[in-house]
Amino acid sequence: MSNLETKPSDDTAAGGRVNPVENKFTTALSHVLSDLGKNGIFIALVLVVVVFQVLTNGVLLRPQNVSNLIVQNGYILILAIGMVMVIVAGHIDLSVGSVAAFVGAVSGVFAVNMGLPWWLSIILSLLIGAVVGAWQGFWIAYVGIPAFIVTLAGMLIFRGLALVVLGNANIGSFPEEYRAIGNGFLTNVFGDLNVDPLTMGVAAIAIVALIVQSIRTRRGRQSYGQAVEPIGWFIGKLVLVSVVILLFAYALATFKGIPVTLIILAVLILIYGMVMGRSVFGRHIYAIGGNLHAAELSGIKTRNVTFWLFVNMGVLAALAGLVFTARLNLAGPKAGDGFELEAISAAFIGGAAVTGGVGTISGAIIGGLIIGVLNNGMSIMGIGIEWQQAVKGLVLLLAVAFDVYNKRRSGGR
Amino acid sequence: MTTNILEMLSITKTFPGVKALQNVTLAVGRGEVHAICGENGAGKSTLMKVLSGVYPFGTYEGDIVFENETMEFRDIRDSEAKGIVIIHQELALSPFLSIAENIFLNNEIKGAFGLIDWNKTNIEASKLLARVGLRENPTTKVRELGVGKQQLVEIAKALSKRVKLLILDEPTAALNDEDSDHLLDLILSLKGQNITSIIISHKLNEIKKISDTVTVIRDGKAIETIAKQDVTEERIIKDMVGRDLEHRYPDHTPHIGEEILRVENWTAYHPQDPTRIMVDNVNLNVKRGEIVGIAGLMGAGRTEFAMSLFGRSYGTRISGQVYKHGVEIKTRTVSEAIDNGLAYATEDRKFYGLNLIEDIKRNISMASLKKLERGGLVDDNKEYEVADGYRKSMNIKAPSVLSKVGKLSGGNQQKVVLSKWIYSDPDVLILDEPTRGIDVGAKYEIYTIINRLAAAGKGVIVISSELPELLGICDRIYAIAEGRITGELPIAEATPETLIKYMTMEKERA
Repeated sequence: MSNLETKPSDDTAAGGRVNPVENKFTTALSHVLSDLGKNGIFIALVLVVVVFQVLTNGVLLRPQNVSNLIVQNGYILILAIGMVMVIVAGHIDLSVGSVAAFVGAVSGVFAVNMGLPWWLSIILSLLIGAVVGAWQGFWIAYVGIPAFIVTLAGMLIFRGLALVVLGNANIGSFPEEYRAIGNGFLTNVFGDLNVDPLTMGVAAIAIVALIVQSIRTRRGRQSYGQAVEPIGWFIGKLVLVSVVILLFAYALATFKGIPVTLIILAVLILIYGMVMGRSVFGRHIYAIGGNLHAAELSGIKTRNVTFWLFVNMGVLAALAGLVFTARLNLAGPKAGDGFELEAISAAFIGGAAVTGGVGTISGAIIGGLIIGVLNNGMSIMGIGIEWQQAVKGLVLLLAVAFDVYNKRRSGGR
Repeated sequence: MTTNILEMLSITKTFPGVKALQNVTLAVGRGEVHAICGENGAGKSTLMKVLSGVYPFGTYEGDIVFENETMEFRDIRDSEAKGIVIIHQELALSPFLSIAENIFLNNEIKGAFGLIDWNKTNIEASKLLARVGLRENPTTKVRELGVGKQQLVEIAKALSKRVKLLILDEPTAALNDEDSDHLLDLILSLKGQNITSIIISHKLNEIKKISDTVTVIRDGKAIETIAKQDVTEERIIKDMVGRDLEHRYPDHTPHIGEEILRVENWTAYHPQDPTRIMVDNVNLNVKRGEIVGIAGLMGAGRTEFAMSLFGRSYGTRISGQVYKHGVEIKTRTVSEAIDNGLAYATEDRKFYGLNLIEDIKRNISMASLKKLERGGLVDDNKEYEVADGYRKSMNIKAPSVLSKVGKLSGGNQQKVVLSKWIYSDPDVLILDEPTRGIDVGAKYEIYTIINRLAAAGKGVIVISSELPELLGICDRIYAIAEGRITGELPIAEATPETLIKYMTMEKERA
């Protein structure tokens, strides 16, 4: 009898209501407002930066500290990229900290104990990350054990294996090339100048690329008759972003130049942004997280997608482990402790939905930066680790609460 | 004073846009078994929900008089307190709790300090189990019982609430013959204990066997109430279907060509209970430009057939052959089925068909992303163009294809589902209850789309429990019952009466 009892149709709510008489100014304004709403997380980052800039008397945005912000948070951001993908698919990965520690330890064996070339050590380590991911992905995708359980087990297993590999000792003093991925800078390629020209040059190229790409996208949409944002706002946003990039580059250029970690990150963000935003694989991830049954009945091979997601997470966890080990120049038993929580927080602060189907790479990166600025700012202010923890917890809770509230208001599920 | 235990007087229940019940009057005599018949969607369950307080007083018009008192139930607890207990088709037992725990759930027997008195609970439960004829230990977990026994636990639970009027919604739908017989005997024995029953059922022989009075409901109206001596299957069927088939269906001139799809000996078993056959040796075919209906009651195996065919999405131990244009094809996975030109629009749009948190565009492209791929990436602009084309041609009412599907009405959601499958460019579309939960205007549009698909040379299979719909749009209709095809009728020979006869045809009993 469901015919009569299901919610009756509500054609009025669906609309057919096309915008009424359009006033140019109000549409422009509403566009700006909805854009701001969508980019709430970005505004939150700006606010956090401003607050700590004031609270730290300007230390936060000093060139050296800006550089530190990137290098100190690089591995969390790398993990956040993989984590947000896992979360969008409706899973979770609690093991990434332990996997990072395990791979860091193994890389120590390769690079230090066995004396393999640095590049071979790195490749082998990443492969081991892939194997770890395949192991967990197998249980989750093909056996059907919830990711929470599998990766909770993984958290214990790989922490344990890290200790086994280390054998109660730290492995240390890595080759210089290896260390560069965590500590290195592209410095003084053009000689020792006050402002590194390479950094500024790269920034300029990035800005030009951004502008060209934005205009192409806009043209493309227009040619297909899609609505685009008002031209004023479009230009305004580009100018704003360009200025931020320039200032950021200037800060780096007056310190040591471009950190290698930043290059790794930039490449990852570009690739994974593309994967999640525009590739078929990315679409499948969103479809699975949004409605697993519908995805399955649309011919998406949901198990394979899940499997490869975890393989990918394993590789990224391995990479994060390498970067962290390189930065400390030491593979120790405590490495990666709590990374999983920071990466998960980053994804959720960045707008990923607990129920899956929603989340972006850029959101996760910004979420990670917010956590990074909180850590860094509070450290500068001399706030103890205990309060740092409490504040970060509160921020996570509020971010998700805001997300839930927002969804309820917009009448989602 | 009357001898009626229950009188529902002029009940009218309106949902926005739909009159589910119009002026229904129902009188149930004390100590009788009263059957209520009607097609899916006729209003039977709505009536029972009004009676049991699921739809509270004030949300309907009319009066409920129970034991000569006018009732104003606010919720189920109110009606249960008066002795009216409803047992739904989907049983409401907690599988991991014991029989006794389930019987006294939310009605626990408490001893000292307000703690549960387990001894007394189990003793009382044993007594109740004896009354319903279930020989099981009360501490057995409910999940270890079969459906038939679970049904008995439900009745024991009702008895524990001192039930006076027991309502059973299709109690034998999921039972085998032996369990059905036992249940029917039990209902009769409860009658001897002065418990009145209302039984909702499709099974006409069953109704004839146990009921004292039959009321037939159609289109939200009570058609007639028939006393036991006057009950015949023919009369009930006539009451159930006797509606006009005016111009609710667009004209359709079939241009039927060669056979596109043929399914032979298709068989599938229940996924949890591999001994239970759900699709039993089904043979059917579809021709180019033909609209073929599958008529069956809920649980007859229609959806099970379609889903097992479509990439083995349902069931275990699936066997049978599929031929397209005479050549055998495999449909072992959904993507294989899609690649072989099949499409299946599910019965339940929201849970199986759509990603509600995504926009129209991405839902339409979901099954055909390969077509939009260029250099490894999805061509956003082309995707927009494709989706916008469907928005216009299918008349999806939304501001743009960037609107979230969750915000659309049922009819528009269904159009998104159809767009998705049409874009996958299938040869045969299986549409499972394509107009369920959709208002009349949108139904007409869906029928028009179905006609258009047939005119374009596709084969269309429509699964529906609404006979007028099938009779209105199909060229040929199969009837399915208990997983078997029980009849095949060209539209010229199909009448509601013959179809219902086939749809309620039960297996030969030993």
